[in-house]
Amino acid sequence: MNILVCISRVPDTASRIIVASGGKTIDNTGIKFVVNPYDEIAIEEGLRLREKNGGTVTCVVLGTEVSKDILRTALAMGVDKAVIIKTADDNYDSYFTAENLANYAKTLNPDIILLGKQSVDYDSLQMPSTLGELLNMPSVSVVTKLTIEGTNVTAEREVEGGKEVISSTLPCIISAQKGLNDPRYPKLPDIMKAKSKPIEEVAAIEVAARVEIVGLEMPSKKRIGKLVTDSEVDIAEIVKLLHEEAKVI
Amino acid sequence: MSLNHNLSEEQILLRNTVRDFAENEIKPFAKEIDAKEEFNYEITQKMADMGFLGAFSPEEYGGSALDYLSYILVVEELSRVDGSQAATIAAHNSLGVGPLLYFGNEEQKQKYLPQLAAGKLWGFGLTEPESGSDAGNAATTASLEGDEWVINGAKIFITNAGTDVSIGSTVMAHTGTREDGTKEMSCIIVENGTKGFTTRVMKDKMMWRGSNTAELFFEDVRVPKSNLLGNQGDGFKQMLKTLDKGRLSIAAMGLGLAQGAFESALKYAKDRKAFGHQLSTYQSTAFKLADIDMGIELAREYLYETCRMADRGEKITKRSAIAKLYCSELAHMAANHCVQIHGGYGLMKEYDAERFYRDQKLLEIGEGTSEIQRLVISRAIGCYDQEKFY
Ligand SMILES: Cc1cc2nc3c(=O)[nH]c(=O)nc-3n(C[C@H](O)[C@H](O)[C@H](O)COP(=O)(O)OP(=O)(O)OC[C@H]3O[C@@H](n4cnc5c(N)ncnc54)[C@H](O)[C@@H]3O)c2cc1C
Repeated sequence: MNILVCISRVPDTASRIIVASGGKTIDNTGIKFVVNPYDEIAIEEGLRLREKNGGTVTCVVLGTEVSKDILRTALAMGVDKAVIIKTADDNYDSYFTAENLANYAKTLNPDIILLGKQSVDYDSLQMPSTLGELLNMPSVSVVTKLTIEGTNVTAEREVEGGKEVISSTLPCIISAQKGLNDPRYPKLPDIMKAKSKPIEEVAAIEVAARVEIVGLEMPSKKRIGKLVTDSEVDIAEIVKLLHEEAKVI
Repeated sequence: MSLNHNLSEEQILLRNTVRDFAENEIKPFAKEIDAKEEFNYEITQKMADMGFLGAFSPEEYGGSALDYLSYILVVEELSRVDGSQAATIAAHNSLGVGPLLYFGNEEQKQKYLPQLAAGKLWGFGLTEPESGSDAGNAATTASLEGDEWVINGAKIFITNAGTDVSIGSTVMAHTGTREDGTKEMSCIIVENGTKGFTTRVMKDKMMWRGSNTAELFFEDVRVPKSNLLGNQGDGFKQMLKTLDKGRLSIAAMGLGLAQGAFESALKYAKDRKAFGHQLSTYQSTAFKLADIDMGIELAREYLYETCRMADRGEKITKRSAIAKLYCSELAHMAANHCVQIHGGYGLMKEYDAERFYRDQKLLEIGEGTSEIQRLVISRAIGCYDQEKFY
């Protein structure tokens, strides 16, 4: 089985995010970057498919030189091949990413493309479906269970109040949701060995941007709430506050 | 973490991985393990599967082949969450695997190291009921009778020696008298299950309650002559060399514990309000946190650099004593401030502060007390050159 996993590099969710001067990007200093958590689930699913069916898992990231560190994580987890599609900088939109991933996928001809349901940095949620369109492949998103028999694919998705079962055929695109699996930890010897494994580099193709970020803003500080009880004194106080401060009555 | 302290890409990945593992696989159980004072076999096996048990053992013996600094990062990250599991890993690698790897012959290494990477444990028996700091004065004897050593005596406080997965210990014994009248010491391998060799788990510890500490008893224990580790009479030298490196793992435990206490104190100080303001905005709290942070930053630089020196094969006797002493006193300070910042809650078992406060104390006693570290340092700077009574 020829398995392609697309991953992205995102700030650790525990990081303190600050908007950089210019107001269009985040300030990267002091931030710990990790494999996008949903992509980790995609890597794990790829490894399990290989363990069951044989074949190879190729992991690809689009980004600048620094993105190689998450490929090392993927290699330490056990992927066979790591590829970076190198960009000049971080200024590109989702369409650029999708065109480049699709372009690379065409050279690989995979049976299945796995990726996270979304990247937890910009949350644009476009990759699974845009890739499906560009590659003319069925694309099933937010999958919590995946079964593959021959070329038949059965995927389960959680929907409001229940689950949906979808059938499709290979080759296809699956985007991973929490619950699909528990990603393995890389083992220490594999971490040490990952450093000597090769990372293939390909240059990104030029794609004109379709959208542009014009501004990023930090969420406004939470207003400080006022605690009142249900005593008569407080009820009178609430009426007064709603009238005088909030001016709603 | 503000700085990456010149760690390599794989060292950063390793640190992040061990941190995730500790947060998810150990932290949720740490409180219960401490309360029950039980050695946890499941976690030990998980740590073995991750490659923690053969941390710096070479690949040919099933180990993870880490450099010493990477191993220290593992211990530091475990200790940030739980002193007991950190103790199991630090003692097993530094005191269990270390001497076998450094001084064992090929046959001994092939026999034991792969098992010790896969989930079995090994003890290092130095301390005796009547001699701890003064380990060179050990009373346990081993005398050669034909092709066998016959061992008699007892050891105490031996980490990892008495679990169901412990397969043996390296035992330092008195094997004769030198020409100058001093005791000749040698290290001998004794497997668990050997006739006359018994272990008894020590209970009711204040700290490291999830780590195994055992007493060892030897009554006419007979082991083959080939169980000698290295050369006869090298025991004391082997012990000193083992402790030089081993002390770095105690330092890592101090640093990790200080980091854990720091994070918990900082979080609490920002969440908790008194007199209408967050605790962290009161200078008496803020300065405590600043002091801990300063100590952690400096300790980390010093410890990591010492590990790099160890990796290069440089002599680190004084530096490892300094690192061990500084990091254990830092852990003491950090845990103390952490409890103080938590106020009354800091004294309750519900908060990690209480466990940090107990766990740190061992670090000023085990693998050479703080007094012994000061002795090593003062000896290294020449204080006793005129009068040699140590
Ligand atoms: C949980 C735990 C795990 C341990 N694991 C191991 C292990 O795996 N293997 C092992 O061999 N040992 C182990 N030990 C033993 C430990 O290393 C000793 O407890 C330690 O070295 C101190 O020895 P002692 O307890 O006999 O104290 P003592 O040597 O009796 O010291 C008592 C006090 O006197 C001070 N003192 C002694 N000599 C001097 C001096 N010359 N100058 C100034 N002050 C001095 C000491 O600093 C200390 O404050 C462990 C101990 C514990 C508690």
